[in-house]
Amino acid sequence: MAKEILIVTEIWNGDFRKISLEALSAGRHLADDTGAALTALVMGENVADKAEALAAHGADTVLVAENPGLASFRPCEFENLVTAVIKEKQPGIVIFGATRQGRELSAGVAARTKAGLAPECTGLFIEAGRLVATRPMYGGKVIATVDIEGEIQMVSIRPNVFEIKEAAGEGKIETLAVDLGEANVTLLEEKIEMATRVELTEADYIVSGGRGVGSEDFTVIENLARALGGAVGASRNAVDLGWRPQSDQVGQTGKVVSPKLYIACGISGAMQHIAGMSTSDVIVAINTDPDALIFKTSDYCIVEDLFEVVPAITAELEKG
Amino acid sequence: MDIIVLMKQVPDTEAPVEISASADRLETEDLKWAINPYDEFALEEALLIKEAREDVTVTVISVGPDRVAEAIRVAYAMGVDNAIHINDEFEEEAFAATDAHTTAAILSKVLDDTPYDLIISGNRGVDDDNYQVPAFVARMRDIPMINMVTRQEIQGNEIICDQAVDGGIATVKAALPALITANKGMNEPRYPAFRAIMKARKQKVDERELSDIGLAPADLVPKVKIRSLAYPPERADGKLVNGANAAQKAKELIRLLKEEANVI
Repeated sequence: MAKEILIVTEIWNGDFRKISLEALSAGRHLADDTGAALTALVMGENVADKAEALAAHGADTVLVAENPGLASFRPCEFENLVTAVIKEKQPGIVIFGATRQGRELSAGVAARTKAGLAPECTGLFIEAGRLVATRPMYGGKVIATVDIEGEIQMVSIRPNVFEIKEAAGEGKIETLAVDLGEANVTLLEEKIEMATRVELTEADYIVSGGRGVGSEDFTVIENLARALGGAVGASRNAVDLGWRPQSDQVGQTGKVVSPKLYIACGISGAMQHIAGMSTSDVIVAINTDPDALIFKTSDYCIVEDLFEVVPAITAELEKG
Repeated sequence: MDIIVLMKQVPDTEAPVEISASADRLETEDLKWAINPYDEFALEEALLIKEAREDVTVTVISVGPDRVAEAIRVAYAMGVDNAIHINDEFEEEAFAATDAHTTAAILSKVLDDTPYDLIISGNRGVDDDNYQVPAFVARMRDIPMINMVTRQEIQGNEIICDQAVDGGIATVKAALPALITANKGMNEPRYPAFRAIMKARKQKVDERELSDIGLAPADLVPKVKIRSLAYPPERADGKLVNGANAAQKAKELIRLLKEEANVI
């Protein structure tokens, strides 16, 4: 039987991130292809009761690491723990989510275990018993197919790309003895505003505003996002002008998003921005300039003043 | 105090890219190059520390082929003191055969005989989006790493940083020497004048081959290998949403999203 496949899950705001279920579904598919067992690692404070839910998405074994020191993401401690689990279990494949946490954790763990890590993957398949990954490079202008050498193959996967599928695994729960190990970075203070809104990279619907919004008053954009049950994004221009926080920026120096629907309002369509949203399923662009570059990357193009048409779209949606 | 900036030259974001005939690397001949935007934040931060203190030397280290000299000239024009260029023809000849492990191994080897109290790099390269080289260098040097820093303050032998975390900001501290990675929002990188760039041509670049730092291509074993590159599937031509006025266009869009695209 093939070596097991390990999914490193992520808890946010008291529950699993969507990406963790996406990773489990991707892992289940690979496990079925190779005959490997699928193991999910859960880390946090008071998370044991969450663990069972992972069986519904295909986990054969759930490893639970509980400790107050794991209440929020501390890179050194999480890295010590995941490294120890990998050294003990020797999985053949390890899958992380390419989130803020997953990126840092996977890089640290790959460094410590000297494993090859293909980050930000959008496709995974098995060939001759080995994992092969596809991943965008150069701001999505190119898709690379990569081979990962070594005993342990590591990947992180982009949020919102892999479908979540229900699949029954055995769901055996194993509690780990937690040793947080040494940390060379000390937390002094943390200011977290628990997300009451949808995280941009996980949102199914994103409405983004650019320079065309004209000021920090994003009310029309926010109203449409709310009507869709989605999130608000922004172009680099809007962020650089101080209209929106950096955490809202979609683009090469911001977040890469892959929602079902992306609506770009008053955004010119610089390569910077395209790099962050070109993997959206459906793209709608609204701009007064019929020659705006954004229209070249859009499925539906509306040449119109955003302040006229965006409220009209919102009203139309609210009619149901 | 010695500050090292890890700098990477990347294809200019706005430039189109062409895949080579061998389909495993980019055609580099006509490609426009630039300093990785996150590394510009790293450079700027090093220079701000230098300007605020008396005792700072800023050294930039970059791995890459001949063309990296251009990026180094820009760094000199911005105000760095020294530059070490590991001329990595190994990479140029076999672009597909290098990865984060090999790049970090080269950088760490250079740091064997380059003094440092603080290493600053961008939090990622926007070309391959690997997010790994700074993490690997920090582990190879066995020094603390603080990721995605938006503010730093050196106090004696410690560095205190604000870093972007999910849903907010964390303030953390670590002992020096340490490695921090720059996030957008840390500062506004300066743009050197053309004259300063021309003047920087005269400054000395410490250019080394792999053999000068005691490495052979055979020592650099990549773990992630590019098998092939392809262009992403092209999006069909966008459909113009018609209507006599905004309200009609809105109505038509909703119809298309429901009936044609099936997304709402």
